[in-house]
Amino acid sequence: MDENFVYKQVGSVIFGMLSPKMIKKMASAKVVTPELYDKEGYPVDGGLMDVRLGVIDPGLRCKTCGSRLKECIGHFGYISLARPVIHYNYVPVILTFLRNTCRECSRVLLADAKLSQVRDKLRQIGAEKGPDVMRKRLKEDIAASNNAGKCPYCKARQFKITIEKPTTFLENERRISPIEIRSRLEKVTDDDAELFGLNVRASRPEWMVLTVFPIPPVTMRPSITLETGERSEDDLTHKLGDIVRINQRLFENINAGAPEIIVEDLWDLLQYHVTTFFDNEIAQLPPARHRSGQPLKTISERIRSKEGRIRHNLVGKRTNFSARTVISPDPMLGLNEVGVPDIMALNLTVPERVTEWNIDYLKRFVKNGPKAYPGANYIIRPDGKKKKLTEDIIEATLEELQPGYIVERHLMDGDIAIFNRQPSLHRVSMMCHHVRVLPCKTLRFNPAVCFPYNADFDGDEMNLHIPQTEESRAEAELLMMVQTQLISPRYGLAVIGCVQDAISGNYLLTQKGFSLRREDAVDLLSSIGVTDLSSLPKKEVVSGKEVFSMLLPGDFNFAGRSRSKDEPEVVIEDGKLVSGVMDKNNLGEGSGLLLRNLHKKYGESFAVDLLGRLFRLGISVLFRRGFTTTIADTDLLAEAGDKISALFVSAEQEVQRLIAEFNSGQLKPFPGRSSRETLELKILEVLNKARNETGHIVADYANPGSHTLIMANSGARGNLLNLAQMAGCVGQQALRGKRIEKGFKNRTLSCFRPFDLGSEAHGFIKSSFKRGLKPAEFFFQAMVGRDSLMDTALRTPKSGYLYRRLSNAMQDLKVEYDGTVRDASGRILQFSYGEDGIDVSRSEGGTINVSRIARSE
Amino acid sequence: MSKAADSVRHVLVPKHVKLSDSEKEALLKRYSIAVEALPKIMKDDAAVVDLSAKLGDVIKIVRHSPTAGEAVFYRVVSNA
Repeated sequence: MDENFVYKQVGSVIFGMLSPKMIKKMASAKVVTPELYDKEGYPVDGGLMDVRLGVIDPGLRCKTCGSRLKECIGHFGYISLARPVIHYNYVPVILTFLRNTCRECSRVLLADAKLSQVRDKLRQIGAEKGPDVMRKRLKEDIAASNNAGKCPYCKARQFKITIEKPTTFLENERRISPIEIRSRLEKVTDDDAELFGLNVRASRPEWMVLTVFPIPPVTMRPSITLETGERSEDDLTHKLGDIVRINQRLFENINAGAPEIIVEDLWDLLQYHVTTFFDNEIAQLPPARHRSGQPLKTISERIRSKEGRIRHNLVGKRTNFSARTVISPDPMLGLNEVGVPDIMALNLTVPERVTEWNIDYLKRFVKNGPKAYPGANYIIRPDGKKKKLTEDIIEATLEELQPGYIVERHLMDGDIAIFNRQPSLHRVSMMCHHVRVLPCKTLRFNPAVCFPYNADFDGDEMNLHIPQTEESRAEAELLMMVQTQLISPRYGLAVIGCVQDAISGNYLLTQKGFSLRREDAVDLLSSIGVTDLSSLPKKEVVSGKEVFSMLLPGDFNFAGRSRSKDEPEVVIEDGKLVSGVMDKNNLGEGSGLLLRNLHKKYGESFAVDLLGRLFRLGISVLFRRGFTTTIADTDLLAEAGDKISALFVSAEQEVQRLIAEFNSGQLKPFPGRSSRETLELKILEVLNKARNETGHIVADYANPGSHTLIMANSGARGNLLNLAQMAGCVGQQALRGKRIEKGFKNRTLSCFRPFDLGSEAHGFIKSSFKRGLKPAEFFFQAMVGRDSLMDTALRTPKSGYLYRRLSNAMQDLKVEYDGTVRDASGRILQFSYGEDGIDVSRSEGGTINVSRIARSE
Repeated sequence: MSKAADSVRHVLVPKHVKLSDSEKEALLKRYSIAVEALPKIMKDDAAVVDLSAKLGDVIKIVRHSPTAGEAVFYRVVSNA
């Protein structure tokens, strides 16, 4: 096969129009009849399915090139049109030609002197901005030249040319026939045509009026055989049939000397069919339809739109060996595992080559067949023939199997898979996981890896890809495995950490005074897979910190900080947590150096394993203890309520005092502000202070043992502000950084007096969510709520596009071995990456810990 | 003193130095690049005018950097 290819280098590509000569030259058959098949069902010679136009039936050979189906790419045919027709896509160009050339001599309507002036200028515009702009410029020049409606060469009078959509040209209300148009275009000189942006070597203007029509090969319009044995033709074949039929009738009528009206009607019909062949979605034309009334899909419809060739077939890539379904969490899986539903495992396969050493192992899969797990779906013979394994050929295949065969066996535990969630904005959106085949129908993974995928479980779906070759598996495992992605190259800290309950659990466990009986501690530890309990202190009652320390390596030392006010210093000495609580600052993603240091000292696999165990420890603690949240968590003592009311009274008084001061004109404006603006700022300040005060009161009085507060303090979920809004007061509602001013004339709502500057009239919500909002407060809250909803809805696509442009612009920048950042053509962008030349993913939070390195020496 | 020279002395303008021919050669050799691969600076940039540098000269720019303290950058004087 290879020697048939001619190897040549492409020098240049020119786009142009097909000349009638070219159409005939590239055609291998002349089509003369609209019939497709004869009585026996064979294609008619000179018909639209002529065997010379390519093969679409298996087994047949092409009459033109002699190749078989799939080898033969098909061949064009042609028909001679009885009368010329306009090519719809060139209508605007034809119109420009007709309007700007003489109706008699076809010269450009621009005198010689003027012409030589503009020629070079036009050429330059054409080269820079394209033929459309060039044509527009020429039109302007001609309009400006003022020929008094006469040709500057032959002095013939010019008439106004109009167009009647889609393809009829009128001159002084009289129709110009395509024959006339063609003859005018023929007379245009090469030099003049060039002014219109035409490359005359590739496209002569008269080729825009068709005299011969190319018939596309059958391979691009294959017919399908229905189950009933009936043949169903492609839309294009139908359309071509119409063209050929009408063309033939036109021929016969002309030859028979039929009246001009009949000929004109047929000619128009031919024009219609040719036009709709190119584009069946023209506004002014009724689309050509099937008998069922459904519009035909012709050339343009095949290419354009989302379902067209470009966006659907060329840009829209699809892949085999992939799966997609809803995701759900499973903390009992390792961080680098993915739970695959068993029914998926039955369909996804991994090819394994049969060798002397694994033949017995692979025969087991073949024996199980495609239905029993773990089985096999396909067998590939050494000659490359792929065979589907079915129940009845299992026996034969078992006999046949020998080294050199490939068995496509079902997906099994431990196989490599690439897991992905869209939008795949960064590299951690696609990570490599080990497969765990599980019952049920969702893909599952450890919730600790939600963060890099930006996934939650409210119905998100994710994709799974199974690499099919040894190289791709090795590559995925070495470069994309979850543990290799642990440290972010953005800020040099762990991107994967404990989340939600895992944080609350470890927080509770490591708090001062948390202790449990030895049996319970052993039970807890063994439930998360710790088997070596020798280092557990030999006491009847062990503290939570001692249990936590069981997971840490014995030689680990660490000093850090936690969020807690009671125990801010986190100290780990020789693998024992001496002081400090474990909260989001230490266990969460993107915060604290605990995970970073563990990763650095003990390696990525250990870090991932440890994270999994920490996670399970956290949720196991909660599992044994019970953890929930209730509205009663926000109940405060009556004393707190009194304090909050007193606070509001004084804040309100302060606001009133400010307003009075403003009204009397004594308010001193801030520099660069009017006194009205100053008042606003001061009121805002007072009210914000009041809200913050309530927050403090709520924090002081709230029960620190309540689960809501545990979550807020550990950083697992929610913050004190949320709590204060539930228990104390919701606070000022702000629109664009200001108090609410919109609404009625001089007031926000009709229940307030005009010019009321008080806090309540401008969106301060005194009530708490628990107590419930007053109608006006509720309305203000709804205003701000709607505003922020709109804001997010509008910002998301904007920032998405911004990021897309940024990432596309920078995608092939690369840090070279000499530390410089260069683009694909080797140009330097930075002399040292990030000005300091630090690889952030090897750093600790973006800096290098020099003192530790010095100590370790 | 000319206006351009004044603006160049401003504290926020990083230090610009013209490289000698030998220094330029050494730089190109160090990064094994041609002049075209260097970032560019306009020939009518105030700092370039102040140094009275010609087309093809290489300017060394020493900036303050939040990450590295001081960052060195090189640009070749160019037309556009």
